[in-house]
Amino acid sequence: MRYIAIRLGLSVVLLIGVTIITFVLTNLVPASPITAALGERAAGDPKIVEAFKKAQGLDQPLPVQYFVYLGHLLQGNLGTSIGTRNPVTQDLAYAFPATAELAIFAIAVAVVIGLVLAVVAALRQNRFSDQLIRAVSVVGISVPTFWLAVAAYFLFFFVLHWAPGSGRLSAFYDPPPRVTGLFTIDALIAGQPDVAADAFAHLVLPGCVLAVYTLGLLVRFARSSILDVLNQDYVRAARAKGLSPFRVVTGYLLRGALLPILTIVGLAFGSLLSGAVLTEQVFSWGGIGQYAYRAATSLDLPSIMGVGLIVGLVYITVNFVIDLVYGFVDPRVRLG
Amino acid sequence: MTALPVSRRRALRIPVAWRRPAAIGGAVVLVLWVLLALVDPLLGLQDPLKQSVGDALHAPSGAHPFGTDELGRDVLSRTLWGVRASLPLAVALVAGSLLIGSVLGAVAGYLGGVVDEVIMRIADLVFAFPTIILAMVVAAALGPSLTNAVLALLVVSWPNYARVMRALVLGARNQEYVIAGRLLGAGPFTSLRRDVLPNVSAPMLVLAMLDFGNQILLLAGLSFLGLGAVPPTPEWGSMVADGVTQFSSWWLATFPGLAIFSVVVAFNLIGDSLRDALDPRTAGAVQGSSI
Amino acid sequence: MTGLDIRGLALTISGRRILDGVDVEVPSGQVTGLAGESGSGKTMTGLAVIGLQPAGAKVTGTVAYDDGETVVPDLLALRPGAMNRLRGRRIAMVFQDPTASLQPMLSIGTQLTDHMRHHLGLSRAAARARAIGLLERVRVPSPEAALKKYPHQFSGGQLQRIAIAIAIACDPKVLIADEPTTALDVTVQAGVLRLLRELTDDLGLAVLLVTHDLGVMSAVADTVAVMRNGVVVEHGSRYQVIREPRTAYARELVESLPHTPPPGVGEGDA
Repeated sequence: MRYIAIRLGLSVVLLIGVTIITFVLTNLVPASPITAALGERAAGDPKIVEAFKKAQGLDQPLPVQYFVYLGHLLQGNLGTSIGTRNPVTQDLAYAFPATAELAIFAIAVAVVIGLVLAVVAALRQNRFSDQLIRAVSVVGISVPTFWLAVAAYFLFFFVLHWAPGSGRLSAFYDPPPRVTGLFTIDALIAGQPDVAADAFAHLVLPGCVLAVYTLGLLVRFARSSILDVLNQDYVRAARAKGLSPFRVVTGYLLRGALLPILTIVGLAFGSLLSGAVLTEQVFSWGGIGQYAYRAATSLDLPSIMGVGLIVGLVYITVNFVIDLVYGFVDPRVRLG
Repeated sequence: MTALPVSRRRALRIPVAWRRPAAIGGAVVLVLWVLLALVDPLLGLQDPLKQSVGDALHAPSGAHPFGTDELGRDVLSRTLWGVRASLPLAVALVAGSLLIGSVLGAVAGYLGGVVDEVIMRIADLVFAFPTIILAMVVAAALGPSLTNAVLALLVVSWPNYARVMRALVLGARNQEYVIAGRLLGAGPFTSLRRDVLPNVSAPMLVLAMLDFGNQILLLAGLSFLGLGAVPPTPEWGSMVADGVTQFSSWWLATFPGLAIFSVVVAFNLIGDSLRDALDPRTAGAVQGSSI
Repeated sequence: MTGLDIRGLALTISGRRILDGVDVEVPSGQVTGLAGESGSGKTMTGLAVIGLQPAGAKVTGTVAYDDGETVVPDLLALRPGAMNRLRGRRIAMVFQDPTASLQPMLSIGTQLTDHMRHHLGLSRAAARARAIGLLERVRVPSPEAALKKYPHQFSGGQLQRIAIAIAIACDPKVLIADEPTTALDVTVQAGVLRLLRELTDDLGLAVLLVTHDLGVMSAVADTVAVMRNGVVVEHGSRYQVIREPRTAYARELVESLPHTPPPGVGEGDA
C-alpha cells in the first residue's frame, strides 16, 4: 500500500499549494476589495476602513494573515462572505451539492454515450459512421457552452415547453429534507417521488448541455485509445476463440483501453467544472459556478478563497481516486 | 557516424495535412473570417455602434438580415465586426502562452533539478483549478476589459504548453545528435537552440493550433460573464449575453453564437489534420495534453 | 481424409494480391509446416483460414473442413455467425507472442474459461475443473494457483503453454500455430514444440504450423509446404523438402533461412 501512501502524500502537498495560491492570488488583486465591500462612500472614510481592516484581520502582515487563515481552515472556518453575510462554509454546503448533482449527471451522460460512440467509430474506422461520429465530436468541442445553454433553454423551454424553467425545482415544491444535498436523491430518501421527478426534470437540460463538451472530448480521445488496442494481438486472439463480438469488445477491447480512458475522464473533469460556471449562470442553478461568479465580480475575497479551495480539493480528490482505480484495475500495478 | 544523419528536423508533412477535406473546409472558413476582418470597413455595412432606438429589436428582415438589438444596432454588422475583436486577441493569447510555456518548459526540461521541480509544481497548481474559475478571479481582480481577459487567460493557459515542451525536450535531450553536439563543445543554451528546438517546434505549433479553438471559447466565455469586452464593443460573447436578457429576440444570441462556433470548428479541423500528419512519436505528447 | 483442404486460396487487400491461389492439405494427426520468407503470405494463409483476415480484404477459393462428424465444404462461404461458432470450438489458433496475445488485465482463469463456457455451456465450476486439467496437460506448475494469476506473472514459455491450453480447451480438430516459438527463448522452444507434437498425436489434431525456422520444421513437421509470393511452390515430406528440395527457390530458402539446430528430445525444458 506504499502506492496509496505516496499518492496521498502528493495530494496533501498539492492541497497546501492550493491554499497558498488562493491566498496569494486574492491578496495580489490591485482592485481594492475594501471598496468593493463597503462601497465608494464608506471607503472614503479612513475610520471605517480601519475598523473594517481590523475586523477582517487585514492589518496584519501577509504571512501572519496566511497562517491565521490556515488555522481557521483547519477548524473548518472559511470566514464570512462579504456578499451574502453568511459563513462561507454554509454557503458552500448549499452550493456544492447543486454543482455535484449537475456534474455527476453530465459526466454519466458523457461517459456512457461517449464510450458507445467511440467504440462504434473505432470498429468502423474510416467508414461513414466513423466520419459522422468524428464530426459530432468536433462539433461538441467547438460549440460555446454558454451559447448552447441559451439556445437549449430558448428552444426546449420557451418554444417547445418540454423542459421546466431554470433553477433546481419548480417554485411550488419545497426542497426535500437535506441528507446528501442532491435533490433527486434526498427526495427519494424522503419518499417524495413527485419532488424527485421534478428535480430530475430540471436536471436533464443543463446536464445535457454541460455533457456536450465532455462528450466530444471523450469520443475523440477514447476513439484513438480504442484504435490502439484494436491492433493488439490479444483482441485478435479473443476473436480466434470464437467469443461473441459483445464479449470481445467489453471484456478484451474496452478493458485494454480502460487506463487511458480513465485518464481522460480525470482531465475532462476540470473542463466540466469550467463549463458548469457558464451553464449554471444561464440556468440560475445556484451552484459553485454561480457562487464563484458572484464572488469574483464583487471581489468577495473570503468567498473566492472558499471556492478556490473546494474546487482545488475536488480536482485533487478526483485525481487521487482515479489513481487508486488505476492501481485497482491494472494487475501490473496492483500485484507489482 | 551513422547516428548523425537521422532526421534532425522532423518537419510537418504539410501536404498530407492539407489533403484532408475537413482541413481544407476549416482553412476556407478561417480565411473568409480573416478577409472579413480586413475588409469590414469597406463593406458599406451600418456602423456597428450606431444606435437607433426607434429600430430596437427588429426581427431579421431585408434591411437588417440578422435583425437589430435592444439599442437598434444592426446585428449583422456587429457580428461581422466581432471578428476584429476575437481573432487578433486569440492570436495574441495563443502566441503569448506558447512563448511563456515553451520557454519555461524548455528550461525545466533541459536544466532539470530544482528549477524543473519549481516550474512544474506551479504548473500543477494552476492545473488544479478549472480554467475559467481561475481566469474569472484574475479578470475580476484586474477589472473587466478585453486586454485583462487575455492577461487572465495567459495566467491559466501556459502550463499546458510548458508540460508538453518539457516532455519533448526530455525526449530530445538524450538523442544522440544532441549528445554529439554537447560533446563538440556546444553550451547548454546553444545546444537547446540549435539541436533541440528545431525538433520540438512542429509538435508545439500543432498544440497551439489545437489550442486556438479553446482559447476563443474561453475568451468569449469571459465576455459572456461580463468580464471581457465592455459595451459598446461588438464582441461575440457579450452579444450572446445581451441575447439572454432579451429572450424572445432569438436572433440576438443565435448569430454571434454561430460565428464563434464556425471559427472554433475551423481551428479544430485544421488542428486535427495537422496532428494526424505529425510524426507519431511526438504526436503522443500533443495528443495526451491538448485538453 | 479428415482435416483441412485449402484450394486456390487468394486474398486481395486494396488492390494488392497477397495470396495467389494457395493449395495445401492439412490432414488430421499430422503437423503441416508452412515455410517462407516474410511477406510470402504464410501468416495471412493461417488468418484467412480462421476468418481473421484484415478488414477490407477480399478472399476467394475454398477451405474444406472435415473432422469425421462435422463436414463443412467451404469455411469461406460460411456466414460470420456460423464461422464464429467454429472458431475456438473446432478450429483454434496459437499466436506468435504470448505476452501480446493474452490480455494483460484479465486473469489466466478468465481467459482460459470464458470460451469454454461460451462454446460448451459449462458452469463456472465445471469450466474451472476442466481448466485445471488443461494446465496440467500442458505442464504449467501448480494449476490452481495459476488460474488466479495474471499474464505478467509468468515467463514467455509458460505463457505460450497457457496459450496452447486455451487453444485446445474446447477439443478443436484443427490448430493453426503462427510462429509459436519465434518469440521464445531458444532454451524453452524445444519444450513447447514437443508439447505441440504430443498434442497432435494424442488428440489427432490437424496442425498448420507457420514458421520461417527450418530447425523448427525439421523437429516437428510431417510435411513442409514452401510459400513464395502468395503461392505454394513445393510441398512434400519434411525430409524431402529439406534434404532434396526440388525447386530452385526451396533450395535457396533452405540455404538462407536460419538453421537452428533441431531441438533434441532430451534437452532441458523451462
